Amino acid sequence: MTPAVEIVNVARRFGPVQALAGVDLTVEAGEFFGLLGPNGAGKTTLISILAGLTHADAGVARVLGHDVVEDYRNARRLLGVVPQELVFDPFFTVRETLEIQSGYFGLRDNDDWIDEILHHLDLTARANANMRALSGGMKRRVLIGQALVHKPPVIVLDEPTAGVDVELRQSLWGFIRKLNGDGHTIILTTHYLEEAEALCGRIAMLKAGKVVALDTKRNLLSTFAGLTVRLTADLLPETWRSRVVREQDGTYLLSLASYAELERLLAALREAGAIIAELSLQEADLEQVFLRIMARHH
Amino acid sequence: MIPALGSGWLTLLYKELLRFWKVSFQTILAPVLTALLYLLIFSHVLESRISVFDGRVAYTAFLIPGLVMMSVLQNAFANSSSSLIQSKITGNLIFVLLPPLSPLDMFAAYVLGAMIRGIVVGLGVFLVTAAFAPLSLSHPLWVLAFALMGSAILGTLGLIAGITADKFDQLAAFQNFLIMPLTFLSGVFYSIHSLPPFWQALSHFNPFFYMIDGFRYGFFGLSDIAPETSLIVVGIFCFGLTALTLLLLKRGYKLRH
Repeated sequence: MTPAVEIVNVARRFGPVQALAGVDLTVEAGEFFGLLGPNGAGKTTLISILAGLTHADAGVARVLGHDVVEDYRNARRLLGVVPQELVFDPFFTVRETLEIQSGYFGLRDNDDWIDEILHHLDLTARANANMRALSGGMKRRVLIGQALVHKPPVIVLDEPTAGVDVELRQSLWGFIRKLNGDGHTIILTTHYLEEAEALCGRIAMLKAGKVVALDTKRNLLSTFAGLTVRLTADLLPETWRSRVVREQDGTYLLSLASYAELERLLAALREAGAIIAELSLQEADLEQVFLRIMARHH
Repeated sequence: MIPALGSGWLTLLYKELLRFWKVSFQTILAPVLTALLYLLIFSHVLESRISVFDGRVAYTAFLIPGLVMMSVLQNAFANSSSSLIQSKITGNLIFVLLPPLSPLDMFAAYVLGAMIRGIVVGLGVFLVTAAFAPLSLSHPLWVLAFALMGSAILGTLGLIAGITADKFDQLAAFQNFLIMPLTFLSGVFYSIHSLPPFWQALSHFNPFFYMIDGFRYGFFGLSDIAPETSLIVVGIFCFGLTALTLLLLKRGYKLRH
């Protein structure tokens, strides 16, 4: 099956800055894929190359098998991009904006789909309002509508929920999940790591133009995260002291690699005759994984 | 429903037309009024003092086609240049760059939009000024040919200016230091035969002179040089600028980084 997106050894330099240093990435059709990284990691440059907004110095990018340079017409037809910047054309209403964007893709009689987009993005009541009259969150939703107007099989969302309130964010993710359920491939960049954790199946982490982690969310969480244990006991065996992150009044905060290690800790406590007053577990989240990976590649 | 006939460029053209139509006071009526003021002032002051084409044409009648063509040219330039620079600076050019529009699609839409704006303004100027002097239309096809070619050239120049400029003041420099002098020194307000020999010779290096002179020939059957020569010069200029602009668009110069 043709991958939704293939990035092969893509490099790009802006003056002294190596924005991308040979990135390889494959996103399979139907995935909900997360692209994470700190500011300046190269996420937006990578998306721009995929969308034909930026030229790569080296390497190849394809959308469903279509080279974004050699076969740009087909590649762009198959791709919908929600840009990070909150941009709009002040001359037009919401509906005109969507109709015009639809027309750029050669689509006529697209009113039914435009109405559906307006409904899902809660914009129906503002369809005839000028873009200038909308709030930031509404403008962001129109941007999402513009990316979806030609029903692209591959959708790239570059920080789509910045400035969108919680309630609308939930309804927006419901809509995006539905699109993913209908077979659309979703590539998401976000600074809200809990969003990526809740939505993405696989995640790539970029740092300084390189992929520093690429795996399923589950593997990333289990490989890099481990467990945090809060233990209140009258003693802690010396061999476990190295795992203590914090200690206060007989309460220890320990960082463990896995549940197997937790079993060994409990066995050691039993063997030492320790009396446990309280024990609680906290599974690491994507944010902790992200911070660990970024720290490792400092 | 917008006219999306299976291809994106028609929608981009529609967008360009809608853009200037929505602000038609500024984009159509204002330049018509400016041209009318030029006519009232210049014809009042100069009608009895200047003789053109050996007195065979009244100065006011001579001035009208010049003003019409000047309006066509300036507004064609203003349309494509302002549309592109505004889109670049506000960032909404991304909506045009993301769809599968080819360099030719973009060129055709922006230049045709500019031509239509220029010609609409030119028609407006013609309608409000025609009553001020008896005008014949000796060779309407020449009028049409030069109006189309002239507006295409200035629409293309506007596209080049919009592509290359990064800021509004760079675009203003392009307009004030290139387009305006070339327009005003092209024979809009005078026949080059009334100039000293040096300035007459220099005028032949101004492509705008050929556009105005050829256009005026369509009205009076009289011109400073043969209209065929003007058409060839204008045609070469148009072809060269088109090739340059398509190259810039193909390379994504200052559009795709």
